[in-house]
Amino acid sequence: MNLINHESVVKRMKPRLSKNSISKWIFFALTMFVLLILGVLLYRIFSQGLGYLDLQFLQSLPSRKPENAGVYAALIGTIWLMAVVAPVSLLLGVGTAIYLEEYAKENAITNFIKVNISNLAGVPSIVFGLLGLTVFVRALAFGTSVLAAGLTMSLLVLPVIIVASQEAIRAVPNQLREASFGLGATKWQTIVRIVLPAAIPGILTGGILALSRAIGETAPLVVLGMPLFLAFLPKTFFDMITVLPLQIYNWTGRPQAEFHALAAAGIIVLLVMLIIMNSIAVLIRNKFQKRY
Amino acid sequence: METSTATAKIVNLQEKKIVYKTSDLDLWYGENQALKKINLDIMENEVTAIIGPSGCGKSTYIKTLNRMIELVPGVRTSGEILYRGRNILDKSYQVEELRTKVGMVFQKPNPFPKSIYENVAYGPKIHGIRDKKILDQIVEKSLRGAAIWDEVKDRLNQNAYGLSGGQQQRLCIARCLAIEPDVILMDEPTSALDPISTLKVEELVQELKKEFSIIIVTHNMQQAARISKKTAFFLNGEVIEFSETNKIFSTPEDKRTEDYITGRFG
Repeated sequence: MNLINHESVVKRMKPRLSKNSISKWIFFALTMFVLLILGVLLYRIFSQGLGYLDLQFLQSLPSRKPENAGVYAALIGTIWLMAVVAPVSLLLGVGTAIYLEEYAKENAITNFIKVNISNLAGVPSIVFGLLGLTVFVRALAFGTSVLAAGLTMSLLVLPVIIVASQEAIRAVPNQLREASFGLGATKWQTIVRIVLPAAIPGILTGGILALSRAIGETAPLVVLGMPLFLAFLPKTFFDMITVLPLQIYNWTGRPQAEFHALAAAGIIVLLVMLIIMNSIAVLIRNKFQKRY
Repeated sequence: METSTATAKIVNLQEKKIVYKTSDLDLWYGENQALKKINLDIMENEVTAIIGPSGCGKSTYIKTLNRMIELVPGVRTSGEILYRGRNILDKSYQVEELRTKVGMVFQKPNPFPKSIYENVAYGPKIHGIRDKKILDQIVEKSLRGAAIWDEVKDRLNQNAYGLSGGQQQRLCIARCLAIEPDVILMDEPTSALDPISTLKVEELVQELKKEFSIIIVTHNMQQAARISKKTAFFLNGEVIEFSETNKIFSTPEDKRTEDYITGRFG
């Protein structure tokens, strides 16, 4: 005896198929909605800011007169900030990930550390600002400097880098490690010659995404006392800087409409920087991606 | 003339040495005892096969011979394994040193995501050989030794993942030969290969035994019968029977061995 009545299955086919296509359209509509919002945002920024975006804008220091003002100080400041954040956070982050994945034994302490690193990624950035103010600006007496800002930002993005690196390292198949150990390689040789080369695309992708987050952050720098208006460039790592998001924040706060347009132009500069960095991440991933 | 070769053979037989002498080896994974009182003597320049059903401890045993088993957390051992007279389970035995003499070929081909050349040169490089000329020689010798030289000599700089599964496994054997080992451990080296590649690897084993002592774990009883001189039958972590392969497959002493090789279980 057949337990399935094929006639009724055929009869029920139609509603199933229509549900199938309806759900497809719903998800398509949701995606379009998000794209639309993004589109409106971009349109507003570009229509407002594009007119002010020229070489003079990129090469001028901020000024009280909108026609003379530019993002030069903020742009250079952002680059200085990255010069601190990139090496510090990558070194600490990749090092921690290597320890956790390759050396640490599976025990309660390791698990506690791993869980807390993930938690740290969710801590609001302003809290990191307070930490930086207490530790770097005051206790270590770095003052309101590139160094203090860079170290604070490094701490902020560190969890992201650690988690991304851990995942990249974990994705390296164990059989490769076994093959290396089987030939008499030490753990360190295996990490340097086999694990890291295979994990580098994941690590760099995570690293660049983390850096682009650092570029866009404002709150911790405000807490550290970074100026919103700065008319000179840093010369050492102990000098003050201003960065793009701070400059944008400053301009949007002014009453004159010209400054709002300048802010939009600043946002375009910031967006272009982010797009460039993300593209580098994609390029690296595609170039180094390997099958196992 | 004939007599002299015969005498040479006899001398050779007498000189045959024990490579691995395992005495009363017990091994636990946490609370589970995986190996029970293993006693085995493995001779030089022979192929020793280890057969048995899944979970009988044969892979565990072969991985103990180069201490690869230590990578599994919570493993404990007792008893001793003498490799050329030294107890390798002694913590003072440097595991890196052991593994330069005892090469391993794994179940699944596991080449590095590097070029064919770099795969083979990896072992010598980590042991500090940097001279390009010597490395070139080692790579060619090893690839020839693994009967894959003719297939890859024109593309040494291409990624090893472009090779077929059978070629990858022979590349892994070449990589193992490159450290000029004394013993080669093979953990089901053909279980992931097609019949033709399997045949090639088996032929290779016959060649290699002239120079190396080979211990091979296999699921495939015909394979054990074809290529090995001695066979050990493992069951539930114990060695049930260990003797000449001919004898095991024709007149096994133990009922369980007979049941297994006639396909009644496993």
